Amino acid sequence: MSDARGNGGNGRAHTDEAALSARLRRLGEGLGQARDRTGAPSNGRGEERATNASGYAKGFRLSSELVAGIVVGAGLGWLLDRFLGIAPWGLIVFVLLGFAAGVLNVMRAAGVAGGTSGDDGADGGLR
Amino acid sequence: MTIDPIHQFQIKTLIPMLSMGGHEIGFTNSALFMLIIVVAISTLMIGATARRAVVPGRLQSIAEMSYEFVANTVQSSAGPEGMRFFPFVFTLFMFVLFANLIGLIPYSFTVTSQLIITAALALLVFFIVVGYGFWKNGLHFLDLFVPKGVPKYILPAIVVIEVLSFLSRPVSHSVRLFANMLAGHITLQVFAGFIIMLAGFGVLGWFGAALPFAMVVMLTALELLVAFLQAYVFAILTCIYLNDAIHPGH
Repeated sequence: MSDARGNGGNGRAHTDEAALSARLRRLGEGLGQARDRTGAPSNGRGEERATNASGYAKGFRLSSELVAGIVVGAGLGWLLDRFLGIAPWGLIVFVLLGFAAGVLNVMRAAGVAGGTSGDDGADGGLR
Repeated sequence: MTIDPIHQFQIKTLIPMLSMGGHEIGFTNSALFMLIIVVAISTLMIGATARRAVVPGRLQSIAEMSYEFVANTVQSSAGPEGMRFFPFVFTLFMFVLFANLIGLIPYSFTVTSQLIITAALALLVFFIVVGYGFWKNGLHFLDLFVPKGVPKYILPAIVVIEVLSFLSRPVSHSVRLFANMLAGHITLQVFAGFIIMLAGFGVLGWFGAALPFAMVVMLTALELLVAFLQAYVFAILTCIYLNDAIHPGH
């Protein structure tokens, strides 16, 4: 097929293009099958995923998610204490809730838990 | 000889402009490097798309690759509707990437090692998510905080936890980028300081100094990876948060 391309006149060029597009389609199908064979077992869905996350980035992400949850909980509790005058109950309750939120964040980031938001490990826990 | 690893993060006012309420407002080295970043990105993109050849040259390849990379990221994590945010995500990604990479050049200033910069970027994303979520979905945006299939009696606690989890996003979003860049640059500086200290001991010290020098070379390679990875992480998290604004209640 490829050697027919050199001696093409105008009439030949048209069929060449059709042949080329057919060949491209066949290549695309073959590529898709090869991807399905190799890529499917490693990540649950068939989509192409960035799985080159280093463990360092992953660990950092998970720890920062937990800390962020606790910090936000503590901050909110402190503010409530300050403005509503219910110290120390706001801090106590909201640090605990913040801890729960942090654990929820970590589980979502690791792709263990699904949930309301669509970020159930949509990137293989890389973020 | 003492080496101060924090010195590189100092903000210096280059051109004082005005003072407002006791605060000096001026053109700082941070602002200078942000300007450099924006000019570098604009020059790269405008220069790369000036010729628009069918067979791309080197510059055009860079522009096309970065476009396709970010476009794939947006489409895979926010869906086809997310493409309306493509300019925003692309701008964020290129800004963070160039800030990280330019910061690796010796004697330059790393803009993303300042918490205020990353916090401003993360809060921008946060408010866009909240604003667009309410504008597009109205009060249905609040379904985000009410998971389906949860028994009634624990629902209030779950909703509070979900809200806290949502509020903690800008914190982790900004702190991750900031802490990665700060820690990496301090490590580099400390090891580079060892070279100078050891070299001060004479001939034997020169051989000893080869060890931290090898370390610095390796750390620089690692930092290059981290610079790219953190920009990517920042962009993909933005996409995932935007996905919540586009389709809440999933």
